[in-house]
Amino acid sequence: MERLKIATVWLGGCAGCHMSFLDLDEFLIDLAGKVELVYSPVIDVKEYPEGVDVCLIEGAVCNADNLEILHKIRARTKVLVSFGDCAVTGNVPAMRNQFGLGNADNVLQRAYIENAQFNPVKPKADGIVPTLLERVQPVHEVVQVEYFLPGCPPPADRIKALLVQVLEGKTPKLEGPQLKFG
Amino acid sequence: MAAKTLTIDGKQISAEEGETILQAATEAGVKIPTLCHLEGVYDVGACRLCLVEVKGTPKLLPACTLKVAEGMEVSTDTERLRKYRRMTLELLFAERNHVCAVCVANGHCELQALAYELGMDHVRYDYIFPRWEVDNTHRLFGMDHNRCVLCGRCVRSCWHIEGAGTKNVSGRGARSKIITDLNQPWGNSESCTECGKCAMSCPTGALFRKGSTVAESERDRTKLEFIVNAREKKQWNA
Repeated sequence: MERLKIATVWLGGCAGCHMSFLDLDEFLIDLAGKVELVYSPVIDVKEYPEGVDVCLIEGAVCNADNLEILHKIRARTKVLVSFGDCAVTGNVPAMRNQFGLGNADNVLQRAYIENAQFNPVKPKADGIVPTLLERVQPVHEVVQVEYFLPGCPPPADRIKALLVQVLEGKTPKLEGPQLKFG
Repeated sequence: MAAKTLTIDGKQISAEEGETILQAATEAGVKIPTLCHLEGVYDVGACRLCLVEVKGTPKLLPACTLKVAEGMEVSTDTERLRKYRRMTLELLFAERNHVCAVCVANGHCELQALAYELGMDHVRYDYIFPRWEVDNTHRLFGMDHNRCVLCGRCVRSCWHIEGAGTKNVSGRGARSKIITDLNQPWGNSESCTECGKCAMSCPTGALFRKGSTVAESERDRTKLEFIVNAREKKQWNA
């Protein structure tokens, strides 16, 4: 049997979900025998490949780069999983939405001018530093998402529970506290 | 008192006249999800999570305020009810800023627990991300309107257990707001007795005792229970 092509991606989040993924410990060895990791922050592949079976998406959609790669991922992947609370709800990155439209500017002002000790200047480098979107969105508000894996971060056993079912070709079903946010 | 015979989820039960469907179901071991219901204060049917179906009525009715009647046939867990409960829950999450990861009530929150018990893995509605303030003017307690579900448990506890009448509701619809006195900063309130019953009653992280950081907030409801027992059973068990 051909191994499933798996990808993981890190949008606007803290990488905690990926840390939790690494907490899968010895299950990672089982996983390595069953899947092929084709794109991830933990491997050195620059371009998101075609024909990916499953992609775990960490983080909310916060900037122009997030948005661009997300559309690419959707076009090239069969099954998308919103991986963790930022992807599922917007979580902490989306708290800036409370400041209304124009918040992207306010956030930069606060971080790079008001709180700067040295050299206060807003970062601007077209083509290098992606521009912030006016509104941070959870992944499913932007593209169709098949499965949801809540948690901040989702504990390793919850990630395993979902992956095992996906690898068996089942529609994954998480229940009760396995769906806890936060 | 007269007994009424009815069925809940096909189960024959008998309940005392004047009891609610919620009380009768609880006695019969049938669990109905609730949020605005709190033992010890009267029910208002505000949150709509305990909605049930009654044969012969097209409307869904809140179990917490619906009185038992002879021959009533009640269903508490149908496809239609699950659909509406899930919808209600999602709207509650979309309406304010419920960021579980950084909430004082994370792990001790009735809204969070209801969400996973009812299988809510995401919210299908666009989040509103409204702007709400936090009132931290009181020396002992805080009020974070971002986490409020407007269940009114704090208001009922304040008026009907403590008898202080400090907490009230202002506004209409989603812009309704729990206020202190006539919308004063809590720290300036002269009517507040600092009893803390509002914070004990709160199902979420909206009302909290200061000093409780993320995931540390635990509800101590023993004082509420003490007063209710004293009032109803004439037992003063400290």
